[in-house]
Parts: sequence; structure tokens; C-alpha cells
Amino acid sequence: MFGHGLLQGLIVTARNFIRSYFDPERLTTVQYPEERVKLPENSRSFPFLVYDGAPDNLRCVACKICEQECPPQCIYIEVERDPKTGKPVRRPRVFDIDYSVCMQCQICAEVCPFDAIKMDQVYELAGTNRFGGMLHNKSALLKSNEYYHQIHPTEADEVDAHLSQSRKKMPGATALSTGPKPPNV
Amino acid sequence: MYNFFDQLIVTLGTWLVGLVVATGNSVSKICCGQTMGDAAAHNVAAGTEIVLICVTIYGVFALCFGLATWLERKMLARIQNRYGPNRVGPFGLFQFVADGVKMLTKEDIVPARADKLVHFLAPAVALAPALLMFGFLPFGRNMAPTDLDTAVIAFFAVGAGSELALFMAGWGSRNKYSILGALRAVAQMISYEIPLVLAAVPVVMIVGSLSTTQIVAAQGADGFLDVSGWFVWTPWGFAGFVLFLIAATAESNRCPFDIPEGESEIVAGFHVEYSGFKFALFFMAEYLGMMAMAGLGVTLFLGGWHGPKLLPSWAWFMLKGFLIVCWLIWLRGTLPRLRVDQLMAFAWKAMLPFALFNIFATAVWFYLPKTTLLQSAVAWLITAALVVAAYWVVSRFVSRRAGAPRVYRYAS
Repeated sequence: MFGHGLLQGLIVTARNFIRSYFDPERLTTVQYPEERVKLPENSRSFPFLVYDGAPDNLRCVACKICEQECPPQCIYIEVERDPKTGKPVRRPRVFDIDYSVCMQCQICAEVCPFDAIKMDQVYELAGTNRFGGMLHNKSALLKSNEYYHQIHPTEADEVDAHLSQSRKKMPGATALSTGPKPPNV
Repeated sequence: MYNFFDQLIVTLGTWLVGLVVATGNSVSKICCGQTMGDAAAHNVAAGTEIVLICVTIYGVFALCFGLATWLERKMLARIQNRYGPNRVGPFGLFQFVADGVKMLTKEDIVPARADKLVHFLAPAVALAPALLMFGFLPFGRNMAPTDLDTAVIAFFAVGAGSELALFMAGWGSRNKYSILGALRAVAQMISYEIPLVLAAVPVVMIVGSLSTTQIVAAQGADGFLDVSGWFVWTPWGFAGFVLFLIAATAESNRCPFDIPEGESEIVAGFHVEYSGFKFALFFMAEYLGMMAMAGLGVTLFLGGWHGPKLLPSWAWFMLKGFLIVCWLIWLRGTLPRLRVDQLMAFAWKAMLPFALFNIFATAVWFYLPKTTLLQSAVAWLITAALVVAAYWVVSRFVSRRAGAPRVYRYAS
């Protein structure tokens, strides 16, 4: 009958209209600032530094491999020196990453032999200062191993297993996460 | 109690007019030492009444316009399984206030080579008929702003003024999309004016008057329910109502007849070159025109302010108008835009002949005896058969024509 298709269309839209009030599954909108979708495990944004237990106990030994490998050269590292002897200790004094330069390529995390630098998932990073406003220093970059477990659980487990194995081979090495400060500090 | 609420607005108006006249009297006593003469008092009362009616209509329907934009966005959103505006106020109800403030503060851009005067006048010319159309609708018992003998004709005549405004907007902008939209608008609105008026003719035939007050009075019935007299229950009334709704959709440039705007084809048609508050005026004109058309549909076919005596008469009028507006929004959420030739073909090949058949059926109804219930039933069935037959014939005709393959000169 003439006009039949029109009525069918009206029924479809009416059904959508009514069911959207009773079936919350239909409304796929996420009301962003209040609601958030959990990011997929493999998503990444910017690098951060992993520490075990306390923030002083960071894994980084200031070997500067990441600084050299970083394609846009957004990493700047200075080695800590012993105040008495002046000899370098295996620990960064300065560790800066300029997030406005970083291109999120993950190369730093891949080349790090100590699993000290990993990719974060933060994304609400807007700032008002374009020159240095995105420059993150060591204290801003330090995040715990537990946080790393939260955002990348599978990868963090693998890293933990790998680290504890290699530390077993090294006599005098400390256990993960709970041990005291490394002897070289 | 019912009468109190029913006549609340009328009583309030009378009281205010009396107050103004009394104030005028005391002022003239102070100034001239005597009260106003009868003629002066009458003029003051009439003037106050006009101002009151204007302010009420503008105030109420400007608010309705705001709420209608919110309602439209909410309903369309729900049809598409979204939330719609929900940030400003409870359920996003004050979204239109935010929109209005935004519109007011936006830059008003006039194209360098535009016809400045025409470009400037067009939004005002668009809004004026939309507001004037409300002057002919009886909103409730004793609540007709004007009581013209030719109210229906006047309504359509004023409503036709919006075509001029759209063409002024298109012409004055000096923009090819504007002029295309304006030409489409004029072609569409003139085409649909005819079925629109012809859809209203049966009502005028039966009532024997063009006055909206008398048309509403003719649809009244005694008793509590007061719904049996609505013209929409008769076969010709129902057909006329459907025709009227379709033509009114086209007249107010609403989806699926929004080809003058046609976002995907000609950007925004006649109002491409308008921004800020001038654009808001066009928007307002469209919505007010839509609501006025809904109001006329209520007046002609849905019994005006008649309804079960649970609500005051004006509430019934507003409720029915609201339902028609909801229907128009529902339609917008459902149907895609027509092509120009389909639109024209539908107006001239389907709506016009069906409207004429409907007038014939109305004439048959008019002359059939309806004194007893049986006679009324027979008359109803005969008229219904005529209307259905007319629908069948027209639909066969339209379907056959629509089925012919379209040849594209360059695209195929």
C-alpha cells in the first residue's frame, strides 16, 4: 500500500526513541569528564620512570642509551656524582623529558636494558605554557611499579619475571619492589 | 473551579485593563482635574488590550520556541540513541538560553557585495508573518486575539509573506547557494500553499464560515468529554488533516521538505550568509511558523480548545499543538530529504488531486442526511469509501510515475 514504507520507518524511529529510555545498552555515549572508558592495555602516551618500592629506588642507572636513541631527542640526563669522591654513581641526577617534543614512539622503553623507562597512559596534559610547560623532570616522571602493573598488567608481569630471574644470577642483588636501596647509592 | 482556571488568563487580562484605565483616570484627574471621557477610556482600554495580547503572545511563544528547540534536539537524540543536550540546567532545559546568548554575542557578518538593505530586512520580514499568524488562532474559550470573519484566509495570506522573506534573504546575500535555496523555497512554498489551502477548504465548506472562532465553535459538543465534534473523526476531516499536516510540514520548511536549506546540497540555502542574531531570527521564524501551523491544524481539525473538561481550554489547545510539533519532530527524525522533482511531483500529482477529491467527498457528506444515527453511519461510510477510493487512485498514479527509471545525463 502507498505510504506503507513511511509508516514502517516511523515505527523504527519510535522504537528507538522509546527503547533508549529503558535499555541503557543502547546509549553508547560516554559522558567523558564524569565517566571514562578504561584504556586498552596496549595503549600508550608518554614515557615515565619506574621505581620499586620507594621513589628513591628507581631502576634507571643513567646509562643514557634512551637519550641517544630518542629520535626527537626529548630526553636529557645528567649522571649523579658522589659528593666526596666526584665519581659518577649509577643514578641520574637530572632526568628530563619534554612531552611537547616526544613523539610517543616507545623506542626509549624498548632499548632500556634495565626496564626503567616505560610508556604511560596519561592523556589530560593540556598546559598554558608552550615553552617548557610540557617539560617533565625526574620527580614528575617517577611512578611506581604498582602503577605500571595497573596500566600494562601483562607486560609488567613479564618484566617482573625477567627482572627477578636476572637478579637471581647477580649475587647481592635485591628483590623487586620491597628491597632496600641498591648498594651503589 | 473549572471555570476559574479556564478563564484565568481572560480574568487576569480584564483586571489589568481595568487597572490601566483606573490609573489613567487618576492621572487625568491630577493633571486636568477630571476623569477621562468615555471615548478616551475606551481607547485606553483597547490599546492596553492590544499591548497585553501582543506581549502575551510574544512572550509565551518565544518561550515555546526555546523549549521547542530543546525538545527537538532531545527527541532527535533519543531517536538516534544519544542523550542530547544535558549540560545546561536540569535535563539541559536551559540549553536554549545558552544558545541565545551565544547568538547575541556572535559577529554579524554582511557579505561585501550583498544588497545591504534587503539582507538586513529579510530576517525581520521572516519573523513578522510568523508572529502575526498567531493573531488569528483562538487559544481557548473567549481567548481569540482577533475575531475576523476571514481569519482562515488572513492566516494563509499572512503566512505566504514568509516566502518573500526567504527570497529576500537569498537575493540579498549575493551567494549562489543562497539564491538556489531561495528559488527552491519559493517554488516549494507556492506549490504547497495550494494543497494547504485546499485541505482547509472542506472545514470552511462544512462550517460555512472563515472565522476561526466559529470553526472551533462548530466542533464543540455538549457534555464532559467534548471530543465527538472534532472534524478529524469524519473521513473528510481525517484526510484533510493528513493533507494539512503534510502541506504544513512543507510550508514551514521542515524535514523531509527542507530542500530550501538542504545542508548536504546547498550548505544552508537561503541563510548561508546569515550569522549571529539574524540567523537566530530565521530560526525563530521557522519554529514560530511551525507552531502557528500546528495551531491552525488544531483549530481546523482537532477541535481547537475543545476537549475533556479535565484541563482548561487553553491547556487543551497547547497540548494538541505540542503533539503536532512532536509529530513534526518525529517525522524529521525518520525521513530523508526529498529530491526537488519528487517534491514537486508529490505536490501537484498526489496532494492536489487528492485534496480536490476530498472536497468532493465533503460535498457529498454535506448533502447526505444525518438526522438519525443510522443515517450518520451511512453518510460516514459513503464518504469514507469515497476518500479511500480517491487515495487508492492517486496512489496508483503516483506509484506508477515514481517507478519510472530516472535518467541521469552526466552521472550514469
